Amino acid sequence: MTARDFQTIIVGSGPGGATAADELTRAGRSVVIFERGHNYLISSDYPHDLMQVFSNDELKYTFRHFLGPDPWLEPRTFRRTESDGERLLVGEVNNLPATVGGGSVHADGKLYRFREDDFRMLTELGPAQGADITDWPLTYDDLEPYYTTAERLIGVAGLATANPFAAWRSGPYPMPPGPPMYGSLLTSAAAERLGYHPYPAPSGVNSVPYDERPACNNCGFCADFGCPIHAKGGPGPALRRALRTGRADLRPDAFVSRILVDGGRATGVEWIDHDGATHRELADEIVVAAGAMETPRLLLLSGFANPNIGRNLMFHMQTFAFGEVPYRLHGHMGRSVTHVHDDHVIVDDLAREAAHSAGLPWIKGGLVEHIAPSKVIAEAKLYPWGPEHRRHMRRSPMREHFLGFCMHGEDLPQAKNRVDLDPAVRDYRGIPVARTTYEPHPHEIAASEHHSGLLASILREAGATNLVVATSPTTTGELTSAHSDISIVPGSRHIAGTARMGRNPRTSVCDEWGRLWEASNVLVADSSLFPTISGYGPTLTLVALAIRNVDAFLGRPPLRVARESTSSPAVTVGPPRRPADPVRNREAAR
Amino acid sequence: MPHFLSDGQRRVLEAACSRLVPADDDPDATDLGAADYIDGLLGAFLVDPPRIWAGGPFSGRFGGEPSFATFHRLAARDELAWRTRIEGSRGIPERERLGPVIGLQEQYTEGLAALGEDFPSLPAEQQDLRLRSVGPFLSVLQEHVCEGLYAAPEYGGNRDLMGWRSIGYLGDVQPRGYSDEEVSDE
Repeated sequence: MTARDFQTIIVGSGPGGATAADELTRAGRSVVIFERGHNYLISSDYPHDLMQVFSNDELKYTFRHFLGPDPWLEPRTFRRTESDGERLLVGEVNNLPATVGGGSVHADGKLYRFREDDFRMLTELGPAQGADITDWPLTYDDLEPYYTTAERLIGVAGLATANPFAAWRSGPYPMPPGPPMYGSLLTSAAAERLGYHPYPAPSGVNSVPYDERPACNNCGFCADFGCPIHAKGGPGPALRRALRTGRADLRPDAFVSRILVDGGRATGVEWIDHDGATHRELADEIVVAAGAMETPRLLLLSGFANPNIGRNLMFHMQTFAFGEVPYRLHGHMGRSVTHVHDDHVIVDDLAREAAHSAGLPWIKGGLVEHIAPSKVIAEAKLYPWGPEHRRHMRRSPMREHFLGFCMHGEDLPQAKNRVDLDPAVRDYRGIPVARTTYEPHPHEIAASEHHSGLLASILREAGATNLVVATSPTTTGELTSAHSDISIVPGSRHIAGTARMGRNPRTSVCDEWGRLWEASNVLVADSSLFPTISGYGPTLTLVALAIRNVDAFLGRPPLRVARESTSSPAVTVGPPRRPADPVRNREAAR
Repeated sequence: MPHFLSDGQRRVLEAACSRLVPADDDPDATDLGAADYIDGLLGAFLVDPPRIWAGGPFSGRFGGEPSFATFHRLAARDELAWRTRIEGSRGIPERERLGPVIGLQEQYTEGLAALGEDFPSLPAEQQDLRLRSVGPFLSVLQEHVCEGLYAAPEYGGNRDLMGWRSIGYLGDVQPRGYSDEEVSDE
């Protein structure tokens, strides 16, 4: 049984897929969105209100896989290099949520722009041995108007003038920043005294009511949790706009197992429903937005043969620095992170010196989040049993006394780091799972060593003692549980690079507009496209890129904003308007 | 609430929980509901819907309509995963896709037997020796005691919110949240 009810099939309902659905339906096209996970986000009935299901429940989110994927049902496998054999472990490897809304449901919604240099790393910094560094096939200036659109559609709170290292921007943030967390005020003051430049983290979390959603009330269940009051923007608003046009259908619990291809064009997909039955859906074009692990998995399951598929997998190299202070920090109040600084992305003389002594041409760090551990069950599991257990819990070193940083260090692309299909391990449907082969480049290790020393000096300036530094992945040491952030499996949920875009089909998977070289009616709309990962979270950039690429796909001329203009009249600040009347005639849209 | 463990197993479990987090100014882990939580997890499928994922969005403790106590119905695949985890694979092919799984029920049955029927009557030091002699079961028990003390009380532990109260933690605060001053001030 086959059907052709929609013009476009979208695989994945996370930020990339939701954005594509929003753009395509606004242009009058009909779309069906396939999502392998459950729907806790948005009602299927008009006016498609955001559902009230998410809760402040540490057990369910952190230990019981509520947002999926369950690592037993849908495992991934991991090895460092081919010499490790077929795999070292089966289970959790970068488990971004598998649920309607995808990775943005659990994220605390930090939404950064990349810098100008991030789009031309090869030109700016030059090559590094063993890495496949390349410039992007577009510049920051090309993407700037789409960044502005993305910030307005999601709803980002930030302060445009606060970060001296920021790229130029054509307008202000739609909302001012929310309240700073107490611990971050202390680390920020110390960082400033040492010459660093902390600023309020741009966040997709409402600081004022915006787009039919309330302001954040600081509950503290932010990173790793769905927001009970939808103060977090994420893909909910984009899905809501798409569904309200009447031209979109959202299909949760529906796994796309194969893209059907005929003579260099995709004709549709094969998908498996919640009962395990296989169906076909036909359409004019396919948008693949399954994330940088599931997207290459689907391309490989579909028989695409470009040898670059799955290669150049990048994570962020996380460098942690913690220190203890005697006063109480109450890190469980607020939106997980309120301050960051960018100084470590700059390749300065100190960084070059450290690079040269490690035999590297340069090293680059990443954005530093001023972090505050906040969860009590996770904390309790760290402490020994016996009479001292509750003494530790009452004093609460983790929530109440740890000042900390996490640097999201730039990870260099390496062809040998890749996602492919595991030769033996299957998910519960019987489909081969994604296998990761990954080890950091010496660059990441040297950058981590250099910058962790600088972070420790800020903690000392803040009066912290008992300093601890660590990295994820660990650079030495043995295999531990994949549950542990501190292991050889990277803990970062930031992944990219596995279907890189470029101008040369021999060295890339997608063209400069995100279309698959092997089938030009397949558009990739997630961080798989990124040729390099930068030192910033990928979400805002992948959303901006999805808007640009869908626009191009629709044959529209690119948006342009002159760099000189600081606030273009073409740019609207404020929430998107709700359409007056839904278009309910799906028949006409076909 | 139906439970999985026998009275004898339950007495050993309660003694072990009390030793892992003993009483001080506040009651011990058993009196705070840790054993109830664990028995509730082992018997999650004795009730319908099973006690795996509590409802939402609000508990009612800080406003809103209480909904945590209405547990989610599980999709077939989620039931497969959680039955496998709790009951073990028992030779059932769809539960052995990744190899045999020893379920929590069997881990507890064997772990509590290894602690011994006489465990509740032993002096504290000997209880500690026994706890250290049961291998990986001690970590399982310890993690579950932490969950029983500090998870939402709808999961069966954290009796009268005493787990949270004993450490000065308010727990789920939606829809009230915290004020800007509480976040930013000392």
